[in-house]
Amino acid sequence: MSTRARRIKDRIFKATILSLSLLTLLPLLLILITIISKGYSAISLDFFTKLPTPPGDPGGGILNSIVGSLLLIAIAVVISVPTGVGLGLYLSETRGPWASLVEILINTLQGIPSIVVGILAYLWIVKPLGGFSALSGGVALAIIMLPTVARATQETLIRLPTSLKEAGLSLGASYTRTIWKVILPSAMPGILSGVLLGVARIAGETAPLLFTAFGNPYLNLNPLKPVDAVPLLVFNYAMSPYSDWHQKAWGASLVLMVFILGINITIRKGPWKRR
Amino acid sequence: MEKEIILETIDLSAAYGDNWVVKSVNLAVPYNKVIAIMGPSGCGKSTFIRCLNRMHELLPGTKIKGQVLLEGENIFDLPPTTVRRRIGMVFQRPNPFPTMSIYDNVLAGYILRGEKLSRAERDEIVETSLKKAFLWDEVKDSLHKRGTFLSGGQQQRLCIARALAMRPDILLLDEPTSALDPKAQAMIEELITQLKETVSIVLVTHNRAQAARVSDYTAFMYLGEIVEIGPTPQMFTAPKDPRTEEYLTGKFG
Repeated sequence: MSTRARRIKDRIFKATILSLSLLTLLPLLLILITIISKGYSAISLDFFTKLPTPPGDPGGGILNSIVGSLLLIAIAVVISVPTGVGLGLYLSETRGPWASLVEILINTLQGIPSIVVGILAYLWIVKPLGGFSALSGGVALAIIMLPTVARATQETLIRLPTSLKEAGLSLGASYTRTIWKVILPSAMPGILSGVLLGVARIAGETAPLLFTAFGNPYLNLNPLKPVDAVPLLVFNYAMSPYSDWHQKAWGASLVLMVFILGINITIRKGPWKRR
Repeated sequence: MEKEIILETIDLSAAYGDNWVVKSVNLAVPYNKVIAIMGPSGCGKSTFIRCLNRMHELLPGTKIKGQVLLEGENIFDLPPTTVRRRIGMVFQRPNPFPTMSIYDNVLAGYILRGEKLSRAERDEIVETSLKKAFLWDEVKDSLHKRGTFLSGGQQQRLCIARALAMRPDILLLDEPTSALDPKAQAMIEELITQLKETVSIVLVTHNRAQAARVSDYTAFMYLGEIVEIGPTPQMFTAPKDPRTEEYLTGKFG
């Protein structure tokens, strides 16, 4: 083939790649532009510090849902991080039929629809406790987040050089202390990324909260009482017939999107990253 | 002769699964001497040395037969953590702990074992260990920086300091210079000849010249067996076994 023909082929290929990547970027850009342009006008200081007003009343904010979301995320993190890191550690340290069964279960858990997880949390926690609660919502979110944390931990630990563990053991340290003091600290950046990825995943979850956290127009910090969450508020306000609530739903969507974008940027540019 | 031996292996064999790579090795390590074990890659020398501080058994599916006597006591009757505290090890690739400062790396053995030390003791151990490892002058102003910022040769000397900090009876060096540049290698060899004043050293190497330069005794290992062992000058000038001679003249390995 002549140089000229090769150069033309090369150029066609480059153009194809470029247009395809622009094509995938297009919907994302459209979403961003729509949310920013529609939600921008709802954002003010009051939006973050005030409780909602009844439809028609101007002003008010979404403090209840922001606080509720933070509470739900906190509960989910407290539950899923120890269990997820423990599972990841187990999977990276053990081989055998039992370990592969656990791995299959974790992968399956990742694929269970979040609404089903919500129903399970309803059966296990809402019904026995006799009411909707932040706790039940947090548990549902923890179950959704668990596989992400476990996989991130497992993959980070597998990539650590075995020489690190050998160094610890060769100094006369016990296996347990080597894991605690050498292996887990060395894996910390990867585990933290996994946790943040998990938080980004659950921050926008709506379905599992419908019959667990339920929603609450008032500020609540009691984990045994219902709380609101930003995606729940978006859902409820968007379904309402009031135009000022629609406006607030766009604003809340923008807040949620910026939060998730911020987490993803933190994961990429993480200040804890070495080298 | 009895009192001059600190460590002795009796019919020591080691296997991965059913593949016996170390076969009935009898070897005595004298106090305050450097004994080099040389041999081609895959001859079992690394596996052998990893039996001496019970690291071999950490891999799944491994087997060990025979005895290793540390001052008369069989190490397989002692807790592994005690054995490894008394018999330090330096690996082929420098492996300082990436999350710890230079200072904490030297003290890592104490930190990991949960042995409490006073501030003065810690400072003293860090200084003497780094001095013994020829590293003090280079790092004394950056003790609280991470050890991973050092050069390869410095990292390896840090690992030696970390092992020395535990005041071991024996130091096992598993090809400690094969990942280093010639200058760093020369420094570590110089260091080894100094260290034997305080610790007995077993050095595994596939570098014949290195064995000749630093050791008092040399053992030649081939296909899992010790072919020949003797004072280093004699081994290199008048080997008894034809296989040793072939190895030394570069016919194989």
